Amino acid sequence: MPADPSDLRGKVAVVGVADIASPSGRLDKTMAELEAMMVKEALNDAGLTLQDVDGLFTARSESMGTLDLAERLGVHPTVTDTTMTGGSSFEVHVEHAAAALALGLCEVAVVVYASTPRSGGAYRPGQAYRDWNPSRPSPMLEWEQPYGISLPMGAYALAASRHMAEFGTTREDLAEIAVSTRQWAAMNPRARYRDPLTAEEVLASKPLCEPLHKLDCCVVTDGAGAIVLTRADRARQLKQPPAYVLGAGTHHTHSIISQMPDLTVTAGKVSGARAMAMAGIRPADVDVLETYDSFTITALLSIEDLGFCKKGEGGRFVRNGTLRPGGRLPTNTNGGGLSYTHPGMYGIFLLVEAARQIRGTSGQNQVEGVDIAVAHGSGGFLSAMSTVVLGSEATT
Amino acid sequence: MSDNSPPGLDVPESAVAKPFWDGTREKKLVLQWCPECDRSVHYPREMCPRCMTTDLVWRELSGRGVVYAFTVQHFSAVADVPVPFVIALVDLDEGARLMSNIVGCAPTGVSVGMPVSVAWHPLADGRALPMFSK
Ligand SMILES: [Zn+2]
Repeated sequence: MPADPSDLRGKVAVVGVADIASPSGRLDKTMAELEAMMVKEALNDAGLTLQDVDGLFTARSESMGTLDLAERLGVHPTVTDTTMTGGSSFEVHVEHAAAALALGLCEVAVVVYASTPRSGGAYRPGQAYRDWNPSRPSPMLEWEQPYGISLPMGAYALAASRHMAEFGTTREDLAEIAVSTRQWAAMNPRARYRDPLTAEEVLASKPLCEPLHKLDCCVVTDGAGAIVLTRADRARQLKQPPAYVLGAGTHHTHSIISQMPDLTVTAGKVSGARAMAMAGIRPADVDVLETYDSFTITALLSIEDLGFCKKGEGGRFVRNGTLRPGGRLPTNTNGGGLSYTHPGMYGIFLLVEAARQIRGTSGQNQVEGVDIAVAHGSGGFLSAMSTVVLGSEATT
Repeated sequence: MSDNSPPGLDVPESAVAKPFWDGTREKKLVLQWCPECDRSVHYPREMCPRCMTTDLVWRELSGRGVVYAFTVQHFSAVADVPVPFVIALVDLDEGARLMSNIVGCAPTGVSVGMPVSVAWHPLADGRALPMFSK
């Protein structure tokens, strides 16, 4: 009999979460220190200990990340995963962890991430682009960098340019995403930016890679987070209301932007459809959406590709405050990468906020009666998309 | 060359792309081609990603195409590059898509769908970078 991914629905749950960021953008701690803090906090949250952990997941720019991490933590895992797809890595980790936990390859999985681009200089955009290895030639260096493109922003600007030309999307439409996200950030005491923001201010901000301007871009901050997962039967005996993994899906279509088949359609079309099919839900069933917003256009494309509106209608969809507090589709309820925090790979924060929304513990940012939350990560240059559907007890 | 052409980076050359870069020395746009699929393969690679043939050939293209998408970039990692300048994805008439610069006109004169043809930006080592102009 062929295997059916929907067998995984509700078998595993997020049982512990932690994240950290600060209004200054700085945490003044090392990445190793932040990882330890987050693992401890997430395990305490779940009511589990380090001794329970036998599945370890992280995405670092250095190779063999889980080896160093496990050694420092004193964990000897049976499941180890360093999958690195950029910002979507942690959604991919959840998908892999769910499969591993459901099959009994491990009992308790921890996913952790820390990065300190602001205080520690750990994230150096452009550094990797300069190393040429003739035996593993980088297409980006040979076919894109000679033209002076600034990455990642230039790649997203190209996608925005095409979407505007093909569908009549405007800068005002994109600005609404920055504005609605800021409204959520205003209620999050840890957010980098909380002052009210108007569309006029976004439009008037400095042009960087047109059509994208400064306020179309995410913040650059220190930040870290962790989540703990276990099987549903065990989850029900732990401290917190479980946030069940109802569905997960991953897809990637390219690495560098000039190889993206259609700049208006991301791999989220497939990852989202797979995750929702596994969960047995439709977009209309989603109570809150946590979707990657490295740039305003990243969120717009994902909203379309996940099926919340038709392709090309994202601009129209976000008008009238759809994504804002009180809107029809509350989106990026913690203030997102645009205003809360963005340490380079934002995907862990999507999952933490989605799980909190399911539990009902998002403080002032809590949306009423959330049963289904979607965390949708994006990695690379709109390259690698991974979608996780979380559900409350009522959905299982 | 045009006043708004940006490059200043070292341009690497992979072994598999040698015929492309050799072509640029004579200002010829020579792209890899799969004879089985009868379509271009760009960037050049070891095996056709459609049919797995390793017998890929090289073909000189017209150098004509249209702007698929573009961005006006207001800063550069390369200090001596005048800004703003235009980075575009150009769809060639024969089917390949290339990243390039649009040169020879002001950034405000560039639009999606605009027909362009190849212009050559000489490099110090005798090769040239294909750029595009109206
Ligand atoms: Zn072929």
